[in-house]
Amino acid sequence: MQYETVIGLEVHVQLHTRSKMFCGCPADYQAAEPNTRTCPVCLGLPGALPVINRRAVEYTVLTGLALNCRIPEFTKFDRKNYPYPDLMKGYQISQYDLPLALDGFLEIDGDTQLGLGRRRIGVERVHLEEDVAKLQHFPGEGYSLVDVNRSGVPLMEVVSKPDMRSAEEARQYLTLLHSIVQYLGVSTGNMQDGNFRCDANVSIRPVGSQILGTRTEVKNMNSFRAVYQALEYEVVRQREVIEDGGAVVQETRGWIEEREVTVSQRSKEYAHDYRYFPEPDLPPLRIGPERVAELAAELPEFAPQRSARFQADLALSGYDADLLAGSRSMANYFETTLTLAATAKEVANWMLGDLARLLNQDHREIDASPVTPQRLADLLALVADGTLSTSLAKTVLEEMYATGGEPADIVREQGLGQISDTGAIEAAVAEAIAANPKAVADYISGKDTAARFLMGQVMRLTKGQAQPELALRLVQEGLELQKTRGSLEP
Amino acid sequence: MGSSTENSAFFPTRNPWDTGRVPGGSSGGSAAAVSAGAAPFALGTDTGGSIRQPASFCGVTGLKPTYGRVSRYGLVAYASSLDQVGPIARDAADCALILQSIAGHDSRDATSLPDAVPDYSAALTGDISGLRLGVPSEYFAEGMDAGVRAAVTAAIDQLAALGAEIREVSLPTTQYALACYYIIAPSECSANLARYDGVKYGYSHQGDGDMWEAMERTRQHGFGPEVKRRIMLGAFALSSGYYDAYYHKAQQVRTLIRQDFAHVFEEVDALAAPVSPVVAFPIGERTDDPVRMYLVDVYTLPVNMAGLPAMSVPCGFSNGLPVGLQLIGPHLSEDRLLNIAHTYQQATEWHRERPGI
Repeated sequence: MQYETVIGLEVHVQLHTRSKMFCGCPADYQAAEPNTRTCPVCLGLPGALPVINRRAVEYTVLTGLALNCRIPEFTKFDRKNYPYPDLMKGYQISQYDLPLALDGFLEIDGDTQLGLGRRRIGVERVHLEEDVAKLQHFPGEGYSLVDVNRSGVPLMEVVSKPDMRSAEEARQYLTLLHSIVQYLGVSTGNMQDGNFRCDANVSIRPVGSQILGTRTEVKNMNSFRAVYQALEYEVVRQREVIEDGGAVVQETRGWIEEREVTVSQRSKEYAHDYRYFPEPDLPPLRIGPERVAELAAELPEFAPQRSARFQADLALSGYDADLLAGSRSMANYFETTLTLAATAKEVANWMLGDLARLLNQDHREIDASPVTPQRLADLLALVADGTLSTSLAKTVLEEMYATGGEPADIVREQGLGQISDTGAIEAAVAEAIAANPKAVADYISGKDTAARFLMGQVMRLTKGQAQPELALRLVQEGLELQKTRGSLEP
Repeated sequence: MGSSTENSAFFPTRNPWDTGRVPGGSSGGSAAAVSAGAAPFALGTDTGGSIRQPASFCGVTGLKPTYGRVSRYGLVAYASSLDQVGPIARDAADCALILQSIAGHDSRDATSLPDAVPDYSAALTGDISGLRLGVPSEYFAEGMDAGVRAAVTAAIDQLAALGAEIREVSLPTTQYALACYYIIAPSECSANLARYDGVKYGYSHQGDGDMWEAMERTRQHGFGPEVKRRIMLGAFALSSGYYDAYYHKAQQVRTLIRQDFAHVFEEVDALAAPVSPVVAFPIGERTDDPVRMYLVDVYTLPVNMAGLPAMSVPCGFSNGLPVGLQLIGPHLSEDRLLNIAHTYQQATEWHRERPGI
């Protein structure tokens, strides 16, 4: 029996707003001491009332537009009621039947191993809600702690249609969605930090069947790799259950990273009736077509299109183009540097090579680079006009990165300009020849490589500043002279 | 909660006019304090009549502002779409002063109205000539206390003598307001009170059992019977399978009630009616019959459904107990209502009566 996999993904994206969804507390809770980013509203104290964060609504609409959704003119918030210690008010303000965005899609390449090509994965809806507090458990100790910092942080939920047919397709969808929210700047999209959370609904059915099989919900996948592995595992597990004559139980299963299995999380609680009703403390929102058009105009060119353009217009390799287009800040940096009169290939090499190395060492994003596009362009100009050799330029780059200085200043201060004055190099050539008689003898007896060795000595003597081609030529001339002299000696 | 201030964490409050009787509710403490002279004014909250009804039972003046006129930030929420804070005082002039202080937009309350606050005291001109005053026939139905009917009718006659033009009007949806309220308010209440679980603050039941048991015991012992009644009603009305028939339906009826009033206010500038069909009843008389208790609010509830402003103005006595005249106006007409009350109080002495206490 051949089975078809059916996967739907629910992704919760924490929005990168300055303040929380319904109050003015700072939304950056990650590095803060527990319970220091709180106020009566996000604590859910008696008498507190929510007020909508406008930016969070705009970010959600932008995301909806980027996902080709329809933005209805009328939208509202609803109360989702259930008791839990991390839910301060005993209800979560979310959206039920009139979300901010509906009926969109994402195009993925498709799982070619299944013979599936490029096609659309449906996006059911995108809605806005508030995050809950964080619980810390101490098994066996008899207590748990609540950190309310995260309570009220804006959370955008993207629900796909069950259109994915394999873990690979889920991976493609997730990667693309991740790239989009990063590109929009609505989220940092960091799975490890909990900014980008994925839950999956998985079921299988006989190929050709139109009826959906019983699905399980898979949670606790904390990386893209975990999502892929968990889905692969769950599909196999479900198939084995059915082939053993059993039936898949509708339940929530958690992915256990260490054991690489999913485990049933049936809890003692009942399935909740959330008793949704419209949030009476918040007026509904009317988002007119003009406003939607304004926001649509803010949409950037996304990674796939940008990469394609880099390849087509700038003749970059697919690999390089994808890397440069990978994040909005990278792509912007790249394009800005290009406008400052540098060539694409040069800039790409430096950005993906030495500059990337320096940034990675510090775990810095390119936005925080002390080497600005202007400075990089200036450095490349110095290489292009012969002032610096490539290897010297690398040294200068490191200095620029460390001090935030201008390349021209560094070259001048450290006397790093390439020596192209013939006289100066000839002195070094003479010194090198005098100090290395064996090399000279090797050259005379036919070993041309000895010239390279002597050139290396000249470079050392001039602290790397001799213009390499000139140094080699002068060494060769000097050696020829030695040859001539030698043959002239009695 | 409730219409008599017998549901209290402490003890029932007594009516200064007859300490064997209730002061009305739920802001009965505030009304009794002002009535007894223990405070020059007090704040109350009105969700279904809880300022007006105790003001009426205690012979003091009370005002429920338009929904959104006064910020709800800081008010322990009961029914979010109905709650409003308002003044209880000796007369309309005092109410005007207090309302001036508390009215206005609050950025921390998303339901707070942005409209400018007028000078309420300046609106007390003492002149209501030409005022078109509607008297809704449904508010003078059978079952009303004869003494209440007499006192309210006399008050309306007095307003006519002061220059108001009296017209009979009809509000056909009046009969649905009670059922509508007792679905919507408990529903919102069931969610608003969910936070009281003993985990974060307030009464917390300590003892054996796991966290869920502790939360249940906290709520079992921490809430009084009327509160628990309303939470259960609300949870039921919102539950899957019942939401459409109850909560959703009630909200639709609510729109009809609002439209009823809007229609009537095209013909008249304000409405005059009783606050309650009864005067203060003996303590314990209605505690065994919740529905009979709910019925004392039949004339105040519709006003909250529509979000309108309304006042209770002392207008006489029935068997020695105060009777209140209710004045209802269109949205943001507090200045008009205060002036009507003030004008009436210039010509009458009911609001000056003091209990012998």
